[in-house]
Amino acid sequence: MRYLPLTPKDRADMVAAIGVKSMDELYASVPQAARLTKLIDLPLHQGEIEVERALSQMAAKNHPASGRPFFLGAGCYNHHIPATVDHLIQRSEFLTSYTPYQPEISQGTLVAIFEFQTIIANLTGMDIANASMYDGATATAEAALMAKRVTGRANIHIHGALHPQYREVIETYIRNFHDVKVLDSAPDANASCVIVQTPDFYGEPQKLEALRKQCTETGALLVVVVNEILSLGLLPPPVEADIVVGEAQSIGVPMSFGGPHLGFFACRKEYLRQMPGRLCGETVDKDGRRSFVLTLSTREQHIRREKATSNICTNQGLFALAFTIHMSLLGEIGFKKLARLNHEKACMLADRLAQVKKITLPNKAFFNEFVVELPVSASDVVKKLAAHGIIAGYALEGGKLLVAATEMTSKEDIEVLAVALEEVCQHAMRKEVA
Amino acid sequence: MSLFDRDRGLNVEENLLFEKGTNGACGVDLPEPQNSKLRTGFPAREKVGLPEVSEPQVMRHFVRLSKLNYAIDTGLYPLGSCTMKHNPRLNEKVARHPGFAQIHPLQPEGTIQGALEVIYTVQQWLSKLSGLPHVTLNPAAGAHGEFAGIMVIHKAHEARGKVRKTVLIPDSAHGTNPATAAACGYETKTIPSTKEGTVDVDAFKNMLNDDVAALMLTNPNTCGLFEPRAKEIADVLHKAGAYFYCDGANFNALVGRVRPVDFGVDVMHFNLHKTFSTPHGGGGPGCGPIAVTEELAPYLPVPKIVKHGDHYHLVTEDKNSIGRLKGFNGQFGMAVRALAYMMSHGADGLRQVAEDAVLNANYILSQLREQYHVPFPGSCMHECLLTDKLQKDKGVTTGDIAKTLIEYGIHPMTVYFPLVVQGAMLIEPTETETKASLDHFIAVMKMIAEKTTAGESEELHNNPVSTPRKRLDEVRAARNPILKWASQG
Repeated sequence: MRYLPLTPKDRADMVAAIGVKSMDELYASVPQAARLTKLIDLPLHQGEIEVERALSQMAAKNHPASGRPFFLGAGCYNHHIPATVDHLIQRSEFLTSYTPYQPEISQGTLVAIFEFQTIIANLTGMDIANASMYDGATATAEAALMAKRVTGRANIHIHGALHPQYREVIETYIRNFHDVKVLDSAPDANASCVIVQTPDFYGEPQKLEALRKQCTETGALLVVVVNEILSLGLLPPPVEADIVVGEAQSIGVPMSFGGPHLGFFACRKEYLRQMPGRLCGETVDKDGRRSFVLTLSTREQHIRREKATSNICTNQGLFALAFTIHMSLLGEIGFKKLARLNHEKACMLADRLAQVKKITLPNKAFFNEFVVELPVSASDVVKKLAAHGIIAGYALEGGKLLVAATEMTSKEDIEVLAVALEEVCQHAMRKEVA
Repeated sequence: MSLFDRDRGLNVEENLLFEKGTNGACGVDLPEPQNSKLRTGFPAREKVGLPEVSEPQVMRHFVRLSKLNYAIDTGLYPLGSCTMKHNPRLNEKVARHPGFAQIHPLQPEGTIQGALEVIYTVQQWLSKLSGLPHVTLNPAAGAHGEFAGIMVIHKAHEARGKVRKTVLIPDSAHGTNPATAAACGYETKTIPSTKEGTVDVDAFKNMLNDDVAALMLTNPNTCGLFEPRAKEIADVLHKAGAYFYCDGANFNALVGRVRPVDFGVDVMHFNLHKTFSTPHGGGGPGCGPIAVTEELAPYLPVPKIVKHGDHYHLVTEDKNSIGRLKGFNGQFGMAVRALAYMMSHGADGLRQVAEDAVLNANYILSQLREQYHVPFPGSCMHECLLTDKLQKDKGVTTGDIAKTLIEYGIHPMTVYFPLVVQGAMLIEPTETETKASLDHFIAVMKMIAEKTTAGESEELHNNPVSTPRKRLDEVRAARNPILKWASQG
């Protein structure tokens, strides 16, 4: 067993040193009936070659985004990740350390978290950000729970098109609190928050001033959800918000079939003590040198137990680092440029698709994703095109197809999709005539 | 500090990236935008507030930062209940296969069969290892698994017609247990521990009534002991119509050796980042699958995976389910890594993992019994618990011992936890340490005890001194929170 360093002699010596007769004696506190005498019915150990082969065979059954026209988004985006990012996150000192409980020997992770918090705060226009959440959906649910704590009120109001899975997760998180309702109406005196996604699930950027006014009038918090974080390089920061949460997978994190991704959580500083999750703060060491440390942990489960602001412990540390590295590479210039490039690719896609007869584009505005209205069932089209090696987008109800373009989208990819959709539409028209 | 006093040898100070100036550099090359008319409905954002640096600057910054971290790959990391074992790089390699890393969660089912096969296969392994028939990989971490498990239990009571209000939790439990029960809408009641470090079963029985929904029990518990009456506890719970939730944070002691189903567990979570070696990553990502009995299976979160013939289906709607826990399909990338780990070990290797983990912890315990107070009699499981009782009279605390370990090149154990023992030191070496590495740790621990006895405590209070930073002013960080960088200008 290549991962197990003890030799049979070591084991015998150690059993003797401990002063027991056998290994089994160390399991004496486990009732005899629960101690397995035989091996569990599972395959035996295998070498690196065999394991790699078996897993590569499973991987080969999937159709990856690379090397095919790919237009799927809906909360998870196909972006380029610079080689530096993956190299750095595989540095042993980042990959194989844990939550920086001992700051004297964890300044590397702590500085990176501090930089992460700064970047998220600057991107969102908020005062503070935490060290990450599981993903955009759970971050949104945690924001709703925080709004309940802050306002002492029950109901969660959703404005417009929030990602349907985010809504489902909110509903799971509150299902045992019978006083809490999820509503689509305008906020009233019993509203804890208004949640709005921008760009919304259909790709439409949202104006926030009116919602801000409603929230101020009713005393509800405004929670803004951003699940394509790259949009913040082109769209204005949601400074109207009280809490900004969302998904940062687009920067530095592979799609990886939906996880691990990277949730973020930012808010105004007056809500600091109600925030969930870990926070890293600046201080000094004994010699007065600037240092960083996990702080304000009296909000957290390991101190407050049942009174904690959240039960979250382990978060998405390594991918917060990946994000920070990718954002550092992009910087002020690259991040804005990448955002602009995404928008221009989406414009190019929209212009080409607009030329296809029978297709309409209902979005008034968009960042890198928008709805295409087809004359046929979108889910049929998605299946049909997948058989031809094209991942066309996300099928909404009826003929509505949600398509995204990123810096990875080429002119050729766009042409392939447009031609395929032309055929689909023509086929539908012929059927109509017949 | 003058410029020339800062850096010595390989110890080089590193500023924040934000302090490297905004000189117009950029670490990526992208095509120039055409700056055509925007269709976003908004003017372009002007300022974001990010550094401007090139790729070599970014590389050097993060490599320098990395050198300020201790890690498993650099030494023993005996953090109790965290299972800091070796992280095989094969796991990393396979997870980066484009067929895994570059697939989207909403692709048509026909294009993701291999991914569903991975999830299904990991579920089967965890089911066999726990003895519980149904598994979901949706929860994102251990605490999220607890949340899923307690929600499932809540739903089961709901289905039986009476929602109960209380969850019982021993005083030795991880903080996530009471935090989770509260997040699921329960009141928590704390069961005391006996002087043997296990659940006070009589107290437990007295607290049990028809309003108790579940017991959350970590087994082996956080004192490093197997709860010897776990099966009896389970039987009593079941008779009272309540469920047994097992916190599987310490499953490394049992994997392949003891199945939780055999001591009466109804629901348990696994930490793939503990028992199954997915990297801790400086604080995640984790992955917290749960396994449940046949009775509880209908309530598992969506999506669920079903297999028809050779084809895998993703079921996203199910009226019995507690619903969706997280966007998309759990922490899939962690499942790939864990599967590589499980296949590498096999049934035989995993059993050896548990035995070696238990052996290593007991070896440390046996060698430090004279120098340190051992609060509970007998052997331990995969982690051993010591306290500072013998040192405290000389003014040396668990905190001093931990910081002195750092000075001598070893990451400390978990300190001041579990809360039921004063000055606790919870030591979990894991199975991937050599005997020589354990002997070195033991020697350093003995030396600390000797220095304490000899009255050389001044040094211990000051440690560490050779690290990138000395002891930090944590009170200052909390009193005057500075949580982001701001320019001094």
